[in-house]
Amino acid sequence: MFTSLWHRTFSHGVHPPEEKATTAALPIRRMPFSPRIVVPLSQHFGAAAKALVHKGQELVRGEPIAAADGFMSVPMHAPVTGIVEGVELTPSARGPKTEAIIIRSHLAASQQVMYEGDLDWQQATPEELIWQIQQSGMVGLGGAGFPSHVKLKIPAEYTVDTLVVNGCECEPYLTTDHRLMLERSDDLLLGIRIAMRISGAKRAIIGVEDNKMDAVAALRQTIGNDKTISVGVVRSKYPQGAEKLLLKVLTGREVPSGGFPFQVGVVVNNVATLALIGNLLPRRRGLIERIITIAGPGVKKPGNYLIPLGTPIRFALEHAGYFGDASRLILGGPMMGNTAASLDVPITKPVSALLVFDKAAKASEAQPISPCIYCGRCLDACPVHLNPAHLGRLAAKRQYATMANEFHLNDCFECGSCSYVCPANIPLVQYFRIAKSINRERAR
Amino acid sequence: MKKVQPLVEIRTSPHIHHSHSVPQIMLNVVYALLPLVLFWVFQYGISALLLLLVVVGTTLLSERFFARMAGRQSPLNDHSALITGILLALTLPPGFPLWMGAIAAFVAIALGKAIFGGLGYNLFNPALVGRAFVQAAFPVAITSWTPAYLPGRFLEFIPSTLALPLMRPADSSTWIAELGQRSEITDALTSATPLAAWKFAGDSGDHWQLLLSLTSGASGQMPGLLIIFCALYLIARNMMNWRIPVAVLGGAFITALPLYLYDSSRFADPLFVLLTGGLLLGALFMASDMVGSPVTPRGILIYGLVIGFVTVIIRSFGALPEGVMYAILLGNALAPLIESVTQPRVYGVGVTTLSALKKPPATATTPEQRHE
Ligand code: SF4
Ligand code: SF4
Repeated sequence: MFTSLWHRTFSHGVHPPEEKATTAALPIRRMPFSPRIVVPLSQHFGAAAKALVHKGQELVRGEPIAAADGFMSVPMHAPVTGIVEGVELTPSARGPKTEAIIIRSHLAASQQVMYEGDLDWQQATPEELIWQIQQSGMVGLGGAGFPSHVKLKIPAEYTVDTLVVNGCECEPYLTTDHRLMLERSDDLLLGIRIAMRISGAKRAIIGVEDNKMDAVAALRQTIGNDKTISVGVVRSKYPQGAEKLLLKVLTGREVPSGGFPFQVGVVVNNVATLALIGNLLPRRRGLIERIITIAGPGVKKPGNYLIPLGTPIRFALEHAGYFGDASRLILGGPMMGNTAASLDVPITKPVSALLVFDKAAKASEAQPISPCIYCGRCLDACPVHLNPAHLGRLAAKRQYATMANEFHLNDCFECGSCSYVCPANIPLVQYFRIAKSINRERAR
Repeated sequence: MKKVQPLVEIRTSPHIHHSHSVPQIMLNVVYALLPLVLFWVFQYGISALLLLLVVVGTTLLSERFFARMAGRQSPLNDHSALITGILLALTLPPGFPLWMGAIAAFVAIALGKAIFGGLGYNLFNPALVGRAFVQAAFPVAITSWTPAYLPGRFLEFIPSTLALPLMRPADSSTWIAELGQRSEITDALTSATPLAAWKFAGDSGDHWQLLLSLTSGASGQMPGLLIIFCALYLIARNMMNWRIPVAVLGGAFITALPLYLYDSSRFADPLFVLLTGGLLLGALFMASDMVGSPVTPRGILIYGLVIGFVTVIIRSFGALPEGVMYAILLGNALAPLIESVTQPRVYGVGVTTLSALKKPPATATTPEQRHE
């Protein structure tokens, strides 16, 4: 524990229980194909993809089924060999129905990926590589699902010298990045080299929290004596994996408020994203499956599963030994993930975990909400040094404009640290989300 | 068995929460105050006990009354009125007439808390509001200290305790003198607090005595060690912000030191300053009250230093021997202002693009490249 004090970190933050021990030791396992696969056309940040298939069409696993609609969009590929049942409105994790391609799987098929080619990435130009990444359908594999090719495209007036590779995985329960660094470090290194070529970065630093020293060792071994790529060990603390915080810890640079990492010469990518780029790009494959952690008190067989995109949550949960009585399903980590509105929604590209909390776990969170007692714990937790207590009071008075103009509301990235520590159990983050969306409405 | 579709709960992140609740924190403050209460009763006997019960009882009843009026629910569950009652009682002289104690308690809740809208909205520390009110209303009674460790303290009431409402309290000095004769303790006759003794007689006692307060004569004086020990419990449980008392005591020390070095016959030595009067109790249990203090890190420092500074200035140059109460109330009043000028610097604010990495604009940025 004390060794961790030697490692670099950002100021403030919180230490939620890691809860990673059970799944961190479990190798990645493949989950069987669900008889029904649902591929929403909008799984990413940006314009929804346009369906290329029609009802009754036979599909081969890996074949493109939806095309990108513009630069800020990505295509979709068939996660399974099967037949299109329709292109319909289906429930999404957030509630409102969205358009999705429904596929009935041929469970007897070999599920071989037929659609692939060759790409000599060392000969390709950065523009070609960016196009190829867009064709693969890659998006950031945690959070909002930001298209990877957009992230790697640096505006012409900026130069990037450093690629920061985010392997922190600071959210409790999540262990997919950890397993990936252990099991697929070759793919990751290849992905890093491709990203360096695209962005023009001269060096890459992989930021890993010090609770994953085995991954650090594995990475260092794979890197060998390549001087351009290094591993930066950072202290285990939430939210160490927030890109602007990690970037500051590893490079000492601070991204201007409201700005982007490329403004300080850095591009940040997640290890899961880069490992998949390294895996898919040389073979020109599309993104059809991802690794997710299924864990929490409500499942009997927690683990890290390689799961076809579009698998309904219900199927995934049953496979993981779901008791059927839990009341809270979280897509993503417990600090920033969303609850799923129904068991029928599918696993999409940005979903990094499926957590099942039971009623017992819930009771401890059911503290009543009381007025703010000005204890200041939220200030000590906020990694961007906001004043959540004051923002909360302004929110209660509906002074949303003041929150943004004078108290930097828009610098809040909704990490949840303030709500996590608040003894009055004030839903601060929820207030801030509401305030932001009202401000956005008003700006229209 | 039929498969039931589980009720899926929708809520927003974060989905985990870790903290003591507000009532738990308040209850722990009560626990931390208990040793002080016991010691106080041990020092002054049944009069002190009765005063404590009356004061605490009145705060609780007033809290309930005002909460009912405002339509709030189960206000006593957060235990904050209990803390107010205990702190208020500990700042009163043990022989304080009970009816005056009840008034102090009522005022503490009514003017200190209820008119602001209850816990969390109050500007001032309620206990000090009550104390300040009776200081102004009953200037004689509030300064009539009975010596500690009187021999008959568990058997007899101090005469002033039982004074009837609106009556001038009986003078306790003859009673004290009698007690003194009976037990042949002549020392006990002094009823001045160490601070008053210093202020008016230039006597500054012994530091160890102030830390322990085990000998008679040190009236109105809580043992410093015990106060520190109780506060450490809260600090260790992360239920008190240690920066506040440290800043208050630091502020008092750095104000007292130059004064003492300048003229040690006129000004008290800094350690004496820290250990006397209500400074320790005030710094550790009243100034640190979260509600009335700023939350910003630099704000906390300034707030504490101001309180320490003002305390020493009042003590050294004012007509009153004690200044900590007014200093804290002043600090409470200034807290919103202090906080507004000490907002922390937010990540990324005031930094600019690294110009070394910026190329001369060759082509314009396309709109699609602006993201997130
Ligand atoms: S959610 Fe926002 S205000 Fe709260 S700690 Fe995170 S960044 Fe700070
Ligand atoms: S943590 Fe909660 S109670 Fe404490 S200051 Fe922040 S908002 Fe107020």
